[in-house]
Amino acid sequence: MRLTTFQKALWAAAGLACLAYGTWVLVADPATPPRAEAAFRPVFSLPDAEGRIRTEADFAGKHLLVFFGFTSCPDVCPTTLSEVAQVMDDLGPDADKVQPIFISVDPARDRRLGLAAYTSAFHPAILGLAGDEVQTRAAAESFHIYFERQDDAAAPDGYTMSHSPALYLIGPDGDWLRQFAYGTPASDILNDLRSRL
Amino acid sequence: MRTPILAALLSLVGLPALACETFTIGNLMIEHAWSRATIGADRPGVLYVEITNTGSVDDALIGIATPVAGMPMLHETVVMDGVASMPHAMSVPVPAGQTVALAPGGYHGMLMGLTTTLKEGEGFPVTLTFRDAGEVTVPVEVLSMRAEGPDCEHAGQ
Ligand SMILES: [Cu+2]
Repeated sequence: MRLTTFQKALWAAAGLACLAYGTWVLVADPATPPRAEAAFRPVFSLPDAEGRIRTEADFAGKHLLVFFGFTSCPDVCPTTLSEVAQVMDDLGPDADKVQPIFISVDPARDRRLGLAAYTSAFHPAILGLAGDEVQTRAAAESFHIYFERQDDAAAPDGYTMSHSPALYLIGPDGDWLRQFAYGTPASDILNDLRSRL
Repeated sequence: MRTPILAALLSLVGLPALACETFTIGNLMIEHAWSRATIGADRPGVLYVEITNTGSVDDALIGIATPVAGMPMLHETVVMDGVASMPHAMSVPVPAGQTVALAPGGYHGMLMGLTTTLKEGEGFPVTLTFRDAGEVTVPVEVLSMRAEGPDCEHAGQ
C-alpha cells in the first residue's frame, strides 16, 4: 500500500498529537521535575545491608532503576519489585549495565526486619539501602519524591507509610532520564532500557 | 492447641492450582484466591481474589477472616497526586452482573499479624463475609513473591 501525501500528513499529525499528549502527561505528573532542570542529577548517600555507605557515584557508567518503598508493604512494593526482577532476568547479558536500587522510606523497621533478605527474594541484583531519617529525607528530596509516615492504630507497629510508587531511571552519567509510573509492565521498561543500552 | 488444627487446615488445602477452582455462594462466584509468599511472619501478607455477582442484586464484601492472620482487613491502594497509600476499605462493592477483583494496585486483603510464614505452594483458608450472601470459606493458594497472579490457562487438569 502506498500512502498518499494526504495520508502521510494525517499520520504526521497523529504522531504530533501523541507527542503533545505524552508531554502533557509528563508535565501533569506532579512527581516529574520541571523540564527546565534538564541536567537534574539525583544524589544519595545511604548505607547498604552491611552498613557500607553507597552513593550514586559508585554506579557511574551504569543505568540505575531506583524505587522508594518499604518492606511491610504487601501490595504496591512487591508488584514493582517483581517487574524490576523480570526486567533484570530479561536483560540477559546486558543486566550488568543496570543497577536496580530499593531505597527504604521506613529504614529503621526495614533494617530490623531484614532488607537484603527481602530484596534478594525478588532478585539478587537489587540493592537495598536504608539510611537514617536525615539521609532518607535528603535522598527523597533529591529525587523529588514524597513519603510520609501515617499513624494507623490498626497497622503493624501503629503506622504505615505513603510514598511515591514510581520507578526512576538514572543515566550512566547520573542524569535523571525518566520515570515509569506505577504499574508500567516489565516489557515496557525492558524495551525502554534496551533502546538506551 | 491451635497449631494442629492450623496444620490440618493448611495441609487440607495444600494442593496445586487451587487458585483456579471456582466456589459459589448464592449468586456469587469466587475465583483466583491467591497470596504472595512471605519471609517469616513479621510483615503483613496479602489476599487477592475475584468475585463475580451473577445475580440481579448488588452485594458487598464486608469482611475477611483467616487462621493465618490475627488482624485481616480490607484495604484499597490509592495512587493520588503521585503518592500511593492504602486506606482501610469498609467494604468492597460487588455490583449485580459484575466482576470485582481484589488485585495488585487496588483492593486487597491485608493480612496483618501473620501466625505463620506463608510458603509458596502451600495454601490457607479464608472466610469471606458478604453483606447479603453471607459467609463462604475458600482456599487461597500461596504463589511466589514475584507472582502477579495465578496462571490458570496453563494449569492443566
Ligand atoms: Cu494494605
